[in-house]
Amino acid sequence: MRIGLFATCLGDTLFPEAVKSTAVLLARLGHDVVFPPGQTCCGQMHVNTGYQREPVPLVRNFAEQFGDTSIDAVVMPSASCAGSVRHQHEIVAERYGDAALRAGVATVKAKTYELSELLVDVLGVTRVGAYFPHRVTYHPTCHSLRMLRVGDKPLRLLRAVEEIDLVELPEADACCGFGGTFALKNSETSTAMLQDKMHHISGTKADVCTAGDSSCLMQIGGGLSRIRSGTRTLHLAQILGSTRTAPYALTEAAL
Amino acid sequence: MSTFLGMPTAPPRSPYGTGHLRGDRTFPEAAHDELRNEQLRRNLGRATRTIRTKRLDVTGELPDWEQLRDAGSAIKTDTMNRLPELLEQLERKVTERGGTVHWARDGVEANEIVTRLIRATGSSDVIKVKSMATQEIGLNEHLEAAGITPYETDLAELIVQLADDRPSHILVPAIHRNRDEIRQIFLDEIPGVDPDLDNVPARLAAAARAYLREKFMTTRVAVSGANFGIAETGTLTVVESEGNGRMCLTLPDTLITVMGIEKVLPRHQDLEVFLQLLPRSSTGERMNPYTSMWTGVTPGDGPQDFHLVLLDNGRTAALADAIGREALNCIRCSACLNVCPVYERAGGHAYGSTYPGPIGAVLTPQLAGMHAAKNDPNSSLPYASSLCGACFDACPVKIDIPSMLVELRHQHTEQSGTTAEKLAMKAAAAVMSRPTLFTAAQKAASLGRAVGGRDGTVPRLPAPFGGWSDSRDLAAPPKQSFRAWLSSAEGAETMRAAAEEGAGRTADTPEEDR
Ligand code: SF4
Repeated sequence: MRIGLFATCLGDTLFPEAVKSTAVLLARLGHDVVFPPGQTCCGQMHVNTGYQREPVPLVRNFAEQFGDTSIDAVVMPSASCAGSVRHQHEIVAERYGDAALRAGVATVKAKTYELSELLVDVLGVTRVGAYFPHRVTYHPTCHSLRMLRVGDKPLRLLRAVEEIDLVELPEADACCGFGGTFALKNSETSTAMLQDKMHHISGTKADVCTAGDSSCLMQIGGGLSRIRSGTRTLHLAQILGSTRTAPYALTEAAL
Repeated sequence: MSTFLGMPTAPPRSPYGTGHLRGDRTFPEAAHDELRNEQLRRNLGRATRTIRTKRLDVTGELPDWEQLRDAGSAIKTDTMNRLPELLEQLERKVTERGGTVHWARDGVEANEIVTRLIRATGSSDVIKVKSMATQEIGLNEHLEAAGITPYETDLAELIVQLADDRPSHILVPAIHRNRDEIRQIFLDEIPGVDPDLDNVPARLAAAARAYLREKFMTTRVAVSGANFGIAETGTLTVVESEGNGRMCLTLPDTLITVMGIEKVLPRHQDLEVFLQLLPRSSTGERMNPYTSMWTGVTPGDGPQDFHLVLLDNGRTAALADAIGREALNCIRCSACLNVCPVYERAGGHAYGSTYPGPIGAVLTPQLAGMHAAKNDPNSSLPYASSLCGACFDACPVKIDIPSMLVELRHQHTEQSGTTAEKLAMKAAAAVMSRPTLFTAAQKAASLGRAVGGRDGTVPRLPAPFGGWSDSRDLAAPPKQSFRAWLSSAEGAETMRAAAEEGAGRTADTPEEDR
């Protein structure tokens, strides 16, 4: 399958390791990974902060970069960005776009997936050949759970990882408090939410807390690093990308 | 006579400075104080966790729960689509059955009508059934100013009233209080209460009962709200747990019901849906203990003088908003409050409105507006959410609160002219819509590594990011972006090796459980 990889602006710039793991994993599974070089950002931050005119060029660019019919599916290691493409782009296109944009948005929306969806639903695989001999707990991010409804797909992928010690996270479905600019505009409430999340994570005594969104991991990892927790964060793609021949080397740093 | 009707004007919001639909400071400012109240956080955390579990138990046991939600949503949407005719039908039916219907454009008018009606009875006391609508318009304060004493009879409302406090939850107005605090309030405020009163819930309830019984027996006028008003029959409904509402609805001579116009339902049979949705979503019970229904006046039985005050107070304005009108579908079950992580931490008072939590954050700005004054606190409400979506999942009538929050944020930025934030958003969009500029910006970010501390984290960030670094570290930007890596020799080699391994795979491992 020819898969268009959307790195997401955050992943491309600040968390490239999660994107690398996604690319390598899909290639290892025998797929043709293409990276349209003109890609930038899905515009989610704009829309969620209340700006719908400003991201029109971003929405248009996304549709143009990935609209190519030779691309069978578009994948991104982020549920919130996939959610934005699937739920918000049409709102922006309806309100401030033209017919061409609305058509473009509809085309690419239909083939856009978050990583676990692509693996389990489209490629039909849960056993990806990963090896990760560490204690891991999984935080289902809000947009993966309630916007995309990925359900237990990430957990099925994790359970199939060799040597993994997967422990359940209490109150897993509670928000970590990130919420994009919410973490800045309502920083104190966001922090209160983060504290409870960290409390539950610490209770699992996991080496690693994983999730499918680098943004939420930035919040959780940032908090865990500040309290010098023994748990660090790692994107789901990085666990799935870790193999016996090229295992992920776990370091002490929480970030 | 001219037939020119003019341009349609926007329906009015709840008038600025009236009622309780606006706090005196923004959500983050109020939350700042509330978050420091450890007792409040413990009380709220415990109460919301208990009720969340109960609700999941009783909604999960119904095989047709999802269909019920769909039906509830459909009935409400249909109602909003033909609100005027349903309200006129309700008026007709109530009048036919001996009641009197009054129309109140806003809270000011409603307060005046109710005061006039109470004065006409000659009574200077009134007992009250728990009601959001009368909280919203500040009826109690208005009555007190007019020399009429309102007595709240819902136990939690009574606690709030005695403590001169404000409700912090739709269903459990005193959720922010624990039983020790309640004991103290009773000792301080209930005349003649047993000085040895302890904090056992049953004995606290008994103290309140003794106090209230006397009011029920001696007060001749009651004021209530309504959960539902049936257009087809003119029947009003109040759903409650304690029976105190039933006392107020049956014992007095005069009953005055203040009902928001969105509470109308087309048919009696619609109650089949809502009397399942409401108790299961709100208290987590299969059925609430008391459901009172009355239709106009029944000679020789119950109040012989019945008045229905239909309250707009910004509801028509909300109805005029194609996206926002969905908020009028709310049946005030409070499930969205109980699952909201923001509400659970900041508490109901932080919203500054009678309607707190997720629904409050969308309903309050629509009823009262977000731009009625400079830095209107209501404009901070749509941002008081991480958009986690728990409210949408819990709502028995499937109100898409996260989408409405995003919509209200958009309306706010559209109204706000040029702000520093808007300029930053424009600048960011300009950079991100030009890949070459974006790549250059990434290189600059990577240079930002220089500011990284020795442990690879960035120290305190400048405004507006300062709030971030109060509680969280930020990794220094990596030395290479993904795209830079991909186009490097190392990236190309890694991808080539992975593709080679992939080519060796015959097929994806089939999955047993598919
Ligand atoms: S918005 Fe929905 S969940 Fe919230 S109080 Fe209203 S009906 Fe209940």
